Amino acid sequence: MTEKLVFNKGAIIHEPGSTMKYKTGDWRTFKPSIDNSKCIKCGKCWMNCPDAAIRKTKEGFFEIDYDFCKGCLICEKECPVKCITHAVEEK
Amino acid sequence: MVKNVVISGSEAIAEAVKLCKPKVLPMYPITPSTLVPERLADFVFDGELDAEMIHVESEHSAASALFGAYATGVRAFTASASNGIALMHEIIPIISSARFPAVMSVANRTISGPINIWNDHSDAMSERDQGWIQMYCESSQEAFDTIIMAYKIAEKEQVSLPVMVCIDGFALSHVYEPVQIEDQKKIDSFLPSYKPKTYLDPKKPTTVGPIGFPNSFFEFHEQEQIAMNEALAEIPKVHKEFDNEFGRKYGNGLIDLIKMKDAKYALLANGTSVGTARVTVEKLRSEGKKVGLIKLKTFRPFPAEEIRKACKNLKALGVIDRHVSLGSEGAMTLDIKSALANEKCKVEGFISGLGGRDIDTKRLKKAFEILEKGEKGIWLK
Repeated sequence: MTEKLVFNKGAIIHEPGSTMKYKTGDWRTFKPSIDNSKCIKCGKCWMNCPDAAIRKTKEGFFEIDYDFCKGCLICEKECPVKCITHAVEEK
Repeated sequence: MVKNVVISGSEAIAEAVKLCKPKVLPMYPITPSTLVPERLADFVFDGELDAEMIHVESEHSAASALFGAYATGVRAFTASASNGIALMHEIIPIISSARFPAVMSVANRTISGPINIWNDHSDAMSERDQGWIQMYCESSQEAFDTIIMAYKIAEKEQVSLPVMVCIDGFALSHVYEPVQIEDQKKIDSFLPSYKPKTYLDPKKPTTVGPIGFPNSFFEFHEQEQIAMNEALAEIPKVHKEFDNEFGRKYGNGLIDLIKMKDAKYALLANGTSVGTARVTVEKLRSEGKKVGLIKLKTFRPFPAEEIRKACKNLKALGVIDRHVSLGSEGAMTLDIKSALANEKCKVEGFISGLGGRDIDTKRLKKAFEILEKGEKGIWLK
């Protein structure tokens, strides 16, 4: 977190969208990745991601937002063409 | 118009709350606090108080709705006791950490078990670490006055902490005494309408009650401690203002000293046992004994400095605790011992009045005897 912390009285946050600033994907154990050459653009990974950490690209493929992905691998499980695989996260 | 009436401590609280004009009353009745919501319900039904009374399904919900009411930016009130307070426990620190200036009355009743509906201070004392100011009352008039002062203290910008106004269950909640009910106009000028700086408003989105990560929780907790210290300074000021306006005072709002000037031995008590201790001290004084009494009105924040000053010339101080931290000592005793750690005055703890057992002059005389003999504090059964 690069932004300087502000401690408002009562922990009240005065503007919307503050969760965007908190990167919550840093405790992931497994890191999924998508092989676009096999992808059929069905969107099942995008629909099933419980943390909305998968985004649609302009080309109609899907990409993972690693700032928020927790590595639950539901996307890998749901992918009908097995284009999502995972590796152990290295830090 | 000023009214002089004979009412119970609970009714005195309800009358005072009415004059403070809360907008939301989430209430769940429990013995011996039930008279408070009953009277407030009467006031709402009769159109004397413009407030929404929420008939919640539990005390957990009462405290949650109290939080919700303050999040929308209005003055609110609830009342409870005993296991009701225990059921609120989860929400009690959430209200204080949001810095909502809520006021709640507690008709002190022991926490079961064995199941027991009578008075001791284990309900409120068990919440002493949760960021609520705690004030104890000796009479119905004091209960009335303390509610008015509580809102004023809580709503001070630098304080912004909730207040528990504690009255002894039955010993005060059900005891009928003359009470002077003040004029609405005078109350309105003493306690102006509540105008919070922030509240939930769709036009200006804010987040109330967010997660506090390890990088910020510590700082928010520290802010509450700083606010408690501010309260220590603000309580005597508000108390003085109240005295100027209404002509009644209870020491300096933190502690009151009774025959302490030349006292060698003294007791420290809170709530209704102070009245019994007054009589005991007078009796012993008439026998030539140099004894005194400290009334602890405010327990949180703890007025350590005031107590140190009051005990400068004492040989020994006996603390009358109506609660015991099982496995240790009375909650007040622990704080007094810590406050007087580097002083000459000895401190002895006396556990008394648990589960509605009487604290009478005989028992308090016994405590004085023990202090004079230099013996250890006992359970005053």
